[in-house]
Amino acid sequence: MSHTFTLDGKTIPFEPGETILQAAGRAGVYIPHLCYHPEFKPHGSCKLCTVKINGRQTASCTMRAMVGMVVESETEEINAERRALTQMLFVEGNHFCPSCEKSGNCQLQATAYHLGMMSPHYDHFYPNRPVDASHPDVLLDFNRCILCSLCVRASRDVDGKNVFALSGRGIKTHLIVNAKSGRLADTDFTLGDKAAQVCPVGVILKKRQGFAVPIGERTYDKAPIGETLAEGK
Amino acid sequence: MSDKKKLKVATTSLAGCFGCHMSFLDIDERLFTLLEHIEFDRSPLTDIKTVTPGTDIGIIEGGLCNAENVHVLREFRANCNILIAIGACAINGGLPAQRNHLPLTTILEEVYHTSPGLANGRIPNDPELPLPLNQVHPIHEVVKVDYFIPGCPPSGDAIWKVLTDLLAGREPELGHGLMHYD
Amino acid sequence: MALNEMHAEAVAGIVDRVLVRYRRDPSCMVQMLREVQEALDWIPPEAIDRMQASLAVPRTKIEGVAGFYAFFYLQPRGRYRILFSDNVTDRMLGSEALLQQLCSNLWIEPGKVSEDGLVSVDRTSCTGLCDQGPAMLVNNRAISRLTATRIDEIAELVRSKVPLAEWPADFFAIDDNIRRADILLDAEFAPGAALAAARARAPDEGIAASNMRSWREGLPSGIGGPIATLDEIKRANLRGRGGAGFSTGLKWESCRNAPLKAGQQRIVVCNADEGEPGTFKDRVLLTSKPDLVFEGMTVAAYAVGATRGFVYLRGEYRYLLEPLNAVLAKRRADNLLGRDILGIPGADFDIEIHLGAGAYVCGEESALIESLEGKRGTPRNRPPFPVTNGYLDQPTIVNNVETFAAAALIALNGGDWYAAIGTKHSAGTKILSVSGDCERPGIYEYPFGVSVRQVLADCGAGDTQAVQVSGPSGICIAPAEFDRIIGFEDIPTAGAFTIFDNTRDMFEVARNYVHFFQHESCGFCTPCRVGTSLLMNLMDKLARGCGSPYDFAEIEKLNQLLQSMSHCGLGHTACNPVLDTIARFRPAYEKRLTQKDFTPAFNLDDALSQARQMTGRDDTHAHLSTTHGGQA
Repeated sequence: MSHTFTLDGKTIPFEPGETILQAAGRAGVYIPHLCYHPEFKPHGSCKLCTVKINGRQTASCTMRAMVGMVVESETEEINAERRALTQMLFVEGNHFCPSCEKSGNCQLQATAYHLGMMSPHYDHFYPNRPVDASHPDVLLDFNRCILCSLCVRASRDVDGKNVFALSGRGIKTHLIVNAKSGRLADTDFTLGDKAAQVCPVGVILKKRQGFAVPIGERTYDKAPIGETLAEGK
Repeated sequence: MSDKKKLKVATTSLAGCFGCHMSFLDIDERLFTLLEHIEFDRSPLTDIKTVTPGTDIGIIEGGLCNAENVHVLREFRANCNILIAIGACAINGGLPAQRNHLPLTTILEEVYHTSPGLANGRIPNDPELPLPLNQVHPIHEVVKVDYFIPGCPPSGDAIWKVLTDLLAGREPELGHGLMHYD
Repeated sequence: MALNEMHAEAVAGIVDRVLVRYRRDPSCMVQMLREVQEALDWIPPEAIDRMQASLAVPRTKIEGVAGFYAFFYLQPRGRYRILFSDNVTDRMLGSEALLQQLCSNLWIEPGKVSEDGLVSVDRTSCTGLCDQGPAMLVNNRAISRLTATRIDEIAELVRSKVPLAEWPADFFAIDDNIRRADILLDAEFAPGAALAAARARAPDEGIAASNMRSWREGLPSGIGGPIATLDEIKRANLRGRGGAGFSTGLKWESCRNAPLKAGQQRIVVCNADEGEPGTFKDRVLLTSKPDLVFEGMTVAAYAVGATRGFVYLRGEYRYLLEPLNAVLAKRRADNLLGRDILGIPGADFDIEIHLGAGAYVCGEESALIESLEGKRGTPRNRPPFPVTNGYLDQPTIVNNVETFAAAALIALNGGDWYAAIGTKHSAGTKILSVSGDCERPGIYEYPFGVSVRQVLADCGAGDTQAVQVSGPSGICIAPAEFDRIIGFEDIPTAGAFTIFDNTRDMFEVARNYVHFFQHESCGFCTPCRVGTSLLMNLMDKLARGCGSPYDFAEIEKLNQLLQSMSHCGLGHTACNPVLDTIARFRPAYEKRLTQKDFTPAFNLDDALSQARQMTGRDDTHAHLSTTHGGQA
């Protein structure tokens, strides 16, 4: 018997143990996501990848595919809720795209484009989050952190360093670095770390590299995220 | 659409840089087509000083950084049927909002009292001058806004698309390439 | 030696003593941090230095955990850390006025530390003393029945720097207030009786061998003692008392059948993280019937083949730790815990108490397990479930305090006896924590099936407008529904029963609960982390008189989003108080929708305050009207 489920009416094959998001990615079908990265254990926190399975909503990055599942993803209802989540992420931090080096290559921004987010809708929180420019090669701009914890996972699971962690709780949850001073320069972080490469937004930035690619030629200028990320890359 | 039914459009720039207005002009020769359907009311393009009641569309560039911005925004909201926020500053505060993590008192102190090179520094207190707000706000936090055209600035094409969608009675939509926040 | 080096050395000495007590086991991180703070009044960087070096864990791990729990302080909070319980019942009894009184008495602002670093005063979520509020915690010791006089006395003690241990003992008296007792609270229970009964129920032949095997392998059937006990639990139709009502027998059976990997053991956890505002029955059970609870845990261990047990006690009940440890010590001395319990070969089981540190979300079983493992209390992705992959990835059952107490009685008296009490779908009794507007707040134990009306009559409630059953995550009901019954078939409850009379503003009740959820959201998932803050801001906006139909629609949209997108029950239920009160007390909201058109959430004239202050202007142009005349 073949291992398949349907996603928005399309038949999707899967390997036993695969999640819905993984199987969809292999089949070239894009489901929006931010905290998921194919090289890391699914986290399930951003909730952008929420789909409806047999009438019940759940995160597709942590839900294992099962034979005969009927999954809805690209419906106006679900996309409206996903759009609301991106709006929440925008107002929670300080996301000023025009002055951000990651603009055009930012997954949050590209996902918001995909979802047709025309405004942040909610009132802004304008949190006060100082940047950390202490490291010789890397700038940390916490204003843009969406708490996806990809850098936490990369540093812990790949680099074996635990440079990053989340502290605080609730709306005060924030990224910390592994130093008594709280400064990145006082950690063993280097530009070669996996954690330096996984930030989906503009928090972890290589210094002296900003705006190297002209507008029009950046990742999501060339193709929308749905076409770029369908393979989960 | 006949000439008699031309839509009245008003525009203004609050805490903005007029870049969105410049982009509006980037519609280029399509402006002629547009002018067959609309006429400008209050706008930097006409020098009309007040918004005529019953104006169809108000286009706001820039966020709210002082009391005068609030007065103008309220005038637009009161007199326009449809209000459009155009550009990053109107939509999320933009560049002016980068001051929001600092207390205004600290900023004024720094700018007028403690900056080097100031002689006899005093904070201007002429009643003619609008007072700055404690924080910069996007306009949707103060009045209801009907449509948004993101971008810094949005391209002439994006502005054209939204306006023509509205003129045709369609829900405005920006696809890939036209939708951008920078 | 420099002063700061001496300081660091002194801190290191204190930290070392704590770490040794916990075998330098990083999975005890929460307990170690708690004890360090108890010794040092906060968790200073030098303490983290020492923990980092001694435990060989990254600093990020320690700071990440410490930053999660409300009762851990990474900044000094004073020698006296005073927290006013901020449940709606405390507010109804005047807690806010008392807080202001204490603050002005001590010349401090709420939330801030006094300039001399002596004292801080702040608010905290419900402390489980709703029947004797207003209440506060001073360095996690509870003081109930606060009055203006008592507040003055406390201020004087603080100013005179009298050590907490020397404060009058009667300040700290906590009453059980048992108003109606039934099988649990009336039980004349001899410690060990339930275990002996469970043992007696099994055939003698081959029991030693079968017990041994069961304990180690958890065989599904055909084994004498443990399976006989499990059968009684199932026959009793016992369902979890934490509110969800899952079949206890099924949960135990799943754990018992879960395969063990090498070196693993099965775990029994008693969830005493009674954080639901308005609930305090577990406190009373642990005070008045601790043996019944511990024996129930031991019965569970016997039935599922577990060798290790935990009580996860909420940090607000810190003062119960010593008395409970004394009971555990006595049970060990009586061979009711430890090795070969009651002489049953292989029956090895012991219980340790872990304290929480101010995090409601740890009442969710997978977050509780994370906390037990010394981590941030973030709910896990499920499946897998704790019964197969719980504490340190071992098969684990997590049950409520009351569930274990009931299990002990079932082991003693049999499942049929228990099933005959209550209703068809809800066997046994339920302990209600009754508080709010009534003459006799306290603990009421009823057989399931009692009507809300009956409870109201028994506790002397008059002119009742609403009852919040099972706390803010439960249901709010109006008088037309007072004939509904407490039971899984109608109104399930974890035990809170909060009464509001006609003088109360149900909008304000909901707003208090929304603030609670915002404070307690763990921050893991986007919808709950941001959504609870947005919801709180909207409720505050309505309270300020800036609400319009626009905001009402926004509240309804947020409710929908929280329910459908959140990671765990906290987010799913965070909007319940709002949904229920909108449905039943809509006028309380409509009264707030004073604006016809969209109105800003902030006061525009106030937004010019700093500029006015700096320029000294007060002319008409230096002000903004707060309502605008424009159309929507």
